[in-house]
Amino acid sequence: MSRRKITVAVTALNAIDSPGPGVSVIRGLKESKIYDVRVVGLAYESLEPGIYMHDIVDRVYQIPYPSAGVESLFARLEYIHSRENLEVIIPNFDAELFPFIRLSERFKKLGIRMLLPTEHQFEERHKINLPEFGKKHGIKVPGSVPAYQGAEIFKAAETIGFPMLVKGKYYDAHVAFTIEHAREYFNKISAKWGLPIILQKYVKGVEYNVIGLGDGEGNRIAAVPIRKQYITDKGKAWGGISVSDETMLKLTDHFIESTKWRGPFELELMKDEKNEFSLLEINPRIPAWVYLAIGVGQNIPEAIVSLALGEKVEPFKSYEVGKMFIRYSWDMIVDLKEYQQISTYGER
Amino acid sequence: MKIKSNIALSESGFIFNPNTGESFTLNPTGQLLFGLIREGKEFPEIREYFLENFETEEDVFEKDFEDFIHLLNSYQMMEPDEQA
Repeated sequence: MSRRKITVAVTALNAIDSPGPGVSVIRGLKESKIYDVRVVGLAYESLEPGIYMHDIVDRVYQIPYPSAGVESLFARLEYIHSRENLEVIIPNFDAELFPFIRLSERFKKLGIRMLLPTEHQFEERHKINLPEFGKKHGIKVPGSVPAYQGAEIFKAAETIGFPMLVKGKYYDAHVAFTIEHAREYFNKISAKWGLPIILQKYVKGVEYNVIGLGDGEGNRIAAVPIRKQYITDKGKAWGGISVSDETMLKLTDHFIESTKWRGPFELELMKDEKNEFSLLEINPRIPAWVYLAIGVGQNIPEAIVSLALGEKVEPFKSYEVGKMFIRYSWDMIVDLKEYQQISTYGER
Repeated sequence: MKIKSNIALSESGFIFNPNTGESFTLNPTGQLLFGLIREGKEFPEIREYFLENFETEEDVFEKDFEDFIHLLNSYQMMEPDEQA
């Protein structure tokens, strides 16, 4: 069967120790049975490893950071589109999703499609709003409060207690056992990711994660639950295994039905000693371990492209249980000319 | 006393629990005991087998057996109505 030629732009090429999902997403696209994908990598920094992976990334352009504003991003992508004729963009960073959501209608007019949650969905599931989200959708979540000043930790400690999780609004989380610990993490995380900081009740148990894909009409297109087996000191999975758990799949279905979620997501769940799951976080994007889902039979990036193009996608019915992913690092030898090219011209 | 049907045991004694993602390794004695429970054998029959074929005392076997079942329960490998 001949595959349809298509150009897809992908962000998060930072396949580093705290990896972005871009390279794994691209591997899924390249393994597609229905699309012959030409990949345009979108990078923020000139040392993102994906820039130099010529076998899977066909062209690369630097794009401005979200802090530069939506107009800068639009102007840059308009230029890239004029050169590459982009058909689909898959943004993969939490921090860039908001500007991409804001620009989706303008991109559509240019002929560029995306599959993203709505602005309401994006905001509603935010860590800051998680307790209200849990109440509204009938999902068990640990108690949490946003803190804008270090002094608020004292009051929060009265209701949440210790240990507590101190989390950044986009990334980073630490377990604090004392007020001093919590203040230290508050300062450290807020300096990097801004305010507020989320103070969340610590749930003791085993962490599980689910990658999923909703079609925006309440239907589950894909879902694979895993248990992380090896977690780095940055809290990132370096190994994991697909598991079979009806409770997690039911919870995922309930999440998709109740929110009418559109696009990919990751649910971070904690299973306590009573075997009950609490929802710790909803990441509104593809997680870095997406290649495991592809490896067990659910090519989520391929399905995202189809849904973004408005095509009917049959939900994945099954996946292989007991398959593992083990991440590794790999040194590439890169000519200085290439680095110079991307650093000077912002494209290659 | 019933082990969940989806618990996989390999010839090398490697156990994988597909519900939790946990894996374990059994020594040959553990494999034998696991196999007998999986076959549906009841405690008196298993005890008799071990006392006949292993150099062990009745009370030692009973304690080890209870420990083994406790472990299977705590790792969610038994059917729910069998769990303590």
